[in-house]
Amino acid sequence: MSLVLEGVSKVVNGQAHIYPTDLTLQSGTMNVLLGPTSSGKTSLMRLMAGLDVPNTGKIIWDGKDVTGMRVQDRRIAMVYQQFINYPSMTVYENIASPMRLLKQSAAQIDAAVKKAADLMKLGPFLDRKPLELSGGQQQRCALARALVKDAGLVLLDEPLANLDYKLREELRAEIPRIFEEAGSIFVYATTEPEEALLLGGNTAAMWEGKITQFDKTPTVYRQPVNAITARVFSDPPMNFLNIRKSGDSLLFGDGQTAAASGTFAGLGDGKYMAGFRPNHLELQRHDPNALEFTGKLNVTEITGSETFIHLDHDGENWVGLVHGVKNLEIGASLNVYLDPKHVYIFSEDGTSVAPASYAIAA
Amino acid sequence: MAKITLENLAHSYLPNPKSEDDFALKELNHDWVDGEAYALLGSSGCGKSTLLNIISGLLQPSKGRILFNDRDVTMAPTTERNIAQVFQFPVVYDTMTVRDNLAFPLRNRGADPSYIKERVQQIAAMIGMEATLDRKARGLTADSKQKISLGRGMVREDVNALLFDEPLTVIDPHMKWELRTQLKSLHHEFGHTMIYVTHDQTEALTFADKVVVMFDGRVVQMGTPQQLFETPEHTFVGYFIGSPGMNLLDAKVDGDTAVIAGTQISLGKGFGTPSGKTELGIRPEFTSLQFGDEGLPVTIKRVEDVGRHKIVRADFQGTEINIIAAEGESISPDMNRVVFDTAGINVYSDSWRVAPLVA
Repeated sequence: MSLVLEGVSKVVNGQAHIYPTDLTLQSGTMNVLLGPTSSGKTSLMRLMAGLDVPNTGKIIWDGKDVTGMRVQDRRIAMVYQQFINYPSMTVYENIASPMRLLKQSAAQIDAAVKKAADLMKLGPFLDRKPLELSGGQQQRCALARALVKDAGLVLLDEPLANLDYKLREELRAEIPRIFEEAGSIFVYATTEPEEALLLGGNTAAMWEGKITQFDKTPTVYRQPVNAITARVFSDPPMNFLNIRKSGDSLLFGDGQTAAASGTFAGLGDGKYMAGFRPNHLELQRHDPNALEFTGKLNVTEITGSETFIHLDHDGENWVGLVHGVKNLEIGASLNVYLDPKHVYIFSEDGTSVAPASYAIAA
Repeated sequence: MAKITLENLAHSYLPNPKSEDDFALKELNHDWVDGEAYALLGSSGCGKSTLLNIISGLLQPSKGRILFNDRDVTMAPTTERNIAQVFQFPVVYDTMTVRDNLAFPLRNRGADPSYIKERVQQIAAMIGMEATLDRKARGLTADSKQKISLGRGMVREDVNALLFDEPLTVIDPHMKWELRTQLKSLHHEFGHTMIYVTHDQTEALTFADKVVVMFDGRVVQMGTPQQLFETPEHTFVGYFIGSPGMNLLDAKVDGDTAVIAGTQISLGKGFGTPSGKTELGIRPEFTSLQFGDEGLPVTIKRVEDVGRHKIVRADFQGTEINIIAAEGESISPDMNRVVFDTAGINVYSDSWRVAPLVA
């Protein structure tokens, strides 16, 4: 089974919510839509579900054109950010409801409800009403209902966003395992890069109504095809700086030069944009070829095991994340180091020219 | 700015509380030092919002007193406490411009117009809304509206304290970084007393000088982020702070050795003979995997690539042990032992930390 979007687009009041998009999703896969608020994640899901009809393009399910087919006539389950359950029904009846609509036998229903409740750790609460449960349990109830439906396509729209941090951490670890067994196509929208990485599978990075890259999640993270994808898939955000390649040297905005070795050697002369992740910025020189930069320290944030460093480098805000607790003087100048193997090179228009060499090796 | 003192403070939502269990906030004595930034951290239902509402005057406590600069304000309404508050969801006047929204608390108190003008400009620069000052708030995104709420919360310089209740919940991850950093520099610059309620550990740890961790109506630890990380006083702190949280293993502790399910390991420090339920707590950051016959025997179940590091989920006789490995580190599926850095081992007796004996 597969879900194929062919040139699907959506325009609302003259504004493009989704630009023409092609996407193929296979059954038994977890597919993350990663992007900030209003990047088109929900709009795209609504089109996949048939809740909205696309302005252009076709939606093909299992080889059959289902464009314009009502959501009721398709086997689809959705879970939203808000916990949606039937408040007057017990947890058992909530989970059973899609099966009752399909007129399945009492024995079938009972077996499926108990299995889903076990997976979601709701076994002891089957006789309760949803509002007598914690937020995490209410959302588990909604997830269990999506599971028993035995849907071919399961759409999860930021299902953990309203939960406490720790609960989110636990469910995030459980969800891929639970859904792996089910064999459906899973689509999961989130704004958080770390959530995408933990869910694994494939990731479609989204920005302003477009999918900027779709591939295996670690590939999108380590080898972004453009600066926008790198920005979307980095929290804290990726740092950027302008560079110019001239002969054997690289010139940085702050007047610094370095030898154009490694990845940089093959670049044609001209202007580029370099990007690197906060965790690759260092306070000590570990590599003899490391690039050295000087900035003004604006703020440090200590998490207990790590320190975030907010630096003003030549008018750009940079964020560094280093191990250990560092007590540094705010407002003072600070030298930081960057191993060239961690540097991504983009052309001026943001297209990837050379991914960081460490990422190709990884 | 003010020092805020809580004296034998407790609260129950029941009219006649009988046992300690009936209290949503259990008895608490605490000084919030003038000019410090605090975070109140805990899961929902832990009592953090109850405590915040008592400080702001939205709720009168069942027991005890609350003092602002040694003046009793226990029964004083919010308006008399001279505090600024920012809530989870934006509170803005849609029909007013951004400028008028920001100026509102100052106009309300009859501030000088030229001062208002200057101060509003300053705040607008801080929240990055100088260009939209003359737009109506209606039609702005939730992000922008929340920035206005934050700006309005900070516009008055003479408040006793600034209280934030989950202020960044509706904000996108990228914008969270910016706003939190701005709050932090603002605190550095003006030295307001700030209390920030959140369930998000990253927000709490990065924002605050001191983090107050609450669990089941009780403050289980108050400390710097480093203290919470290195020496969690309660197993809840170990679990709640850190992703994943601290590993906990049942152990028999005798002096400087522990026996975990038949395997003896060295603790590096003496702990005497703790009573009650004894556990070792080791954060994933202080564990590593290797081959051989040293350490605890484990089976690797899963390796999660989180980008900047890997989380390895291993099984030790039915208990999950989480190990954090570096981004470039290669993890072989037949690595069969986990070892602990003794500097990172804590001992717990009935969930509370046992301090090591000083030699």
